[in-house]
Amino acid sequence: MVDLSVSLAGVTLKNPIIPASGTFGYGREFAEIYDLNILGSFSWKGTTRDPRPGNPQPRIAETPGGMLNAVGLQNPGMEAVLREEVPNIAKIFRGPVIANVCGFSLEEYAENCARLNDAEQVRILEVNISCPNVHAGGKNFGSDPQSAAAVTRAVRAATKKPVFMKLSPNVTDIAEIAKACEAEGADGLCLINTLLGMRIDLRTKRPLIANRTGGLSGPAVFPVAVRMVWDVYEAVGEKIPVIGCGGVSSAEDAAEMMLAGASAVEVGAASLRDPWACKKIIEDLPAVCERLGVSQISELTGGAHHGA
Amino acid sequence: MKQCTFIWRSRRQLTPDTWELVLMALNSQDAAAVTAPGQFVNLALPGKFLRRPISVCDWGKYHLTLLVKEAGEGTKELVRLPPETELDVLAGLGNGFDFAPETVGPAPVLVGGGIGVAPLYGLAKRMLENGQSPRAVLGFRSRADSFYLEEFAALGIPVLPASEDGSLGVKGFVTDALNTLPDCSYVLACGPTAMLKAVHALPQLTGGQFSFEARMACGFGACVGCTIETKNGLRRVCKDGPVFRKEEILW
Ligand SMILES: Cc1cc2nc3c(=O)[nH]c(=O)nc-3n(C[C@H](O)[C@H](O)[C@H](O)COP(=O)(O)OP(=O)(O)OC[C@H]3O[C@@H](n4cnc5c(N)ncnc54)[C@H](O)[C@@H]3O)c2cc1C
Ligand SMILES: Cc1cc2nc3c(=O)[nH]c(=O)nc-3n(C[C@H](O)[C@H](O)[C@H](O)COP(=O)(O)O)c2cc1C
Ligand code: FES
Repeated sequence: MVDLSVSLAGVTLKNPIIPASGTFGYGREFAEIYDLNILGSFSWKGTTRDPRPGNPQPRIAETPGGMLNAVGLQNPGMEAVLREEVPNIAKIFRGPVIANVCGFSLEEYAENCARLNDAEQVRILEVNISCPNVHAGGKNFGSDPQSAAAVTRAVRAATKKPVFMKLSPNVTDIAEIAKACEAEGADGLCLINTLLGMRIDLRTKRPLIANRTGGLSGPAVFPVAVRMVWDVYEAVGEKIPVIGCGGVSSAEDAAEMMLAGASAVEVGAASLRDPWACKKIIEDLPAVCERLGVSQISELTGGAHHGA
Repeated sequence: MKQCTFIWRSRRQLTPDTWELVLMALNSQDAAAVTAPGQFVNLALPGKFLRRPISVCDWGKYHLTLLVKEAGEGTKELVRLPPETELDVLAGLGNGFDFAPETVGPAPVLVGGGIGVAPLYGLAKRMLENGQSPRAVLGFRSRADSFYLEEFAALGIPVLPASEDGSLGVKGFVTDALNTLPDCSYVLACGPTAMLKAVHALPQLTGGQFSFEARMACGFGACVGCTIETKNGLRRVCKDGPVFRKEEILW
């Protein structure tokens, strides 16, 4: 018997597989597809203070090995999530939930995190810093170490729950951002968010996505994510856990992500193509662990760094 | 929604770029996930990351009939897959048309434009089985682009075709054909957005249902990639639609 359980900043997950934010809503649709209790956890849709309608259509484009999305953080807002989604999640899932939180100012990040204090099932806050700072000309909080640190400080002061900063890959040196977040008290990190991309329609000679740019995800980004998890693990892996995310679509991919340094693994776009992707990955993990010669999956974490 | 494996049993070319595919369920699976005309399936294609949404034209216990127009790479490949290719299909997606007599009234008109004709065939059949007698207005660019007119005629319902170049039926758009019908107050429509919008604006309509398209990532409501704004707020074309009622639509 392989022990699939992992620990993230003191929160135990029965296995390392977590549907990624934005590809799983608040669990309602997938609860009709399979029993969510097979999951280690799930990360809900990025939630802002106010309801957001998101970007105009079209928001989705296909790419080689993946997709672009420009959903634009469409979500019902924190109040509606607390009122309607949190009680519903308690009915469809018994495990720990990861709340993905966004904001457009430091105050909003802090407020959104504080409002989740009483939501007991929310055991980890995943702070998405790929959001534009309205007070800094729309520059993304995740784009430099100082502003990433500022968000970490703000949310750290607002909550007692473990805080995982979700890093943007659209930076020169992700390890510097990771260090800045760790120094301000982040309990963990999650990476990567989507890579900025664009497609142009040859028929109209215009960008395919109304917002022009969109976030790239899916198998195409997997090697980028593995490399960034590796870099971040080298930088802060001794101090805080890393959730690896980006392009994972099989149990082998999940194991590879863990060898690079991930303690747990998020699966995003793969569930959009195959709604049962997470279930299949979880079912396949024991055999993959046996093949890799580990009886506890957590032994894989960072394994590729330790020589052999 | 159900995931099923289908192989295609027959392929028939209808026009230079439109094909009819009949898919059979494999391994003691069936097509029972399809519950209403106007629903769609989402087909995985080898080498393509996103599935392709295609309306169910008609269905039986074990088969699906799809009409596919070659648009880009995926649909071009789909209609050329070798026979016996196993297709991974998510079936039973979307709400479909509500054709209850109390909803559609005594004289509903099915309005199709181009490939949007596809789901109306299954709809017409189900309405006939239900003792209703719809009429159909089907618009194409030209006679050479038209398809399924004989199949509709074989159902025994009145069919009024229209073509932009006048080579078939009424010259002009489906709206021109609709304007020649005496009693046309309720429509069930599927076609390009410009057509839906023009039909929606007809003054004689008291109600109707309109089937929308959107770029989709999941097709089952999880990613909100396909959201449109309606009078009732944000709605997902894949899960809350693709069929929307006249009263709720915003253009
Ligand atoms: C609910 C619904 C029902 C449909 N029913 C039918 C049908 O019965 N018969 C038929 O031939 N076509 C139908 N379509 C359109 C069909 O989905 C597209 O033509 C097809 O996805 C194009 O794929 P492609 O690879 O050939 O083109 P590409 O342009 O290469 O496709 C690239 C990406 O864009 C998406 N895309 C491109 N055009 C459309 C479009 N018009 N609508 C949605 N996504 C698009 C593709 O799915 C793919 O993800 C339907 C679309 C929707 C949303
Ligand atoms: C449609 C869609 C919506 C997303 N929305 C969010 C979001 O709200 N918050 C967030 O932190 N990440 C969001 N992401 C990013 C994913 O959580 C994930 O980081 C990224 O897609 C890479 O993983 P993948 O390749 O497995 O999809 C979204 C991704 C997709 C495809
Ligand atoms: S395509 Fe994902 S919600 Fe409609």
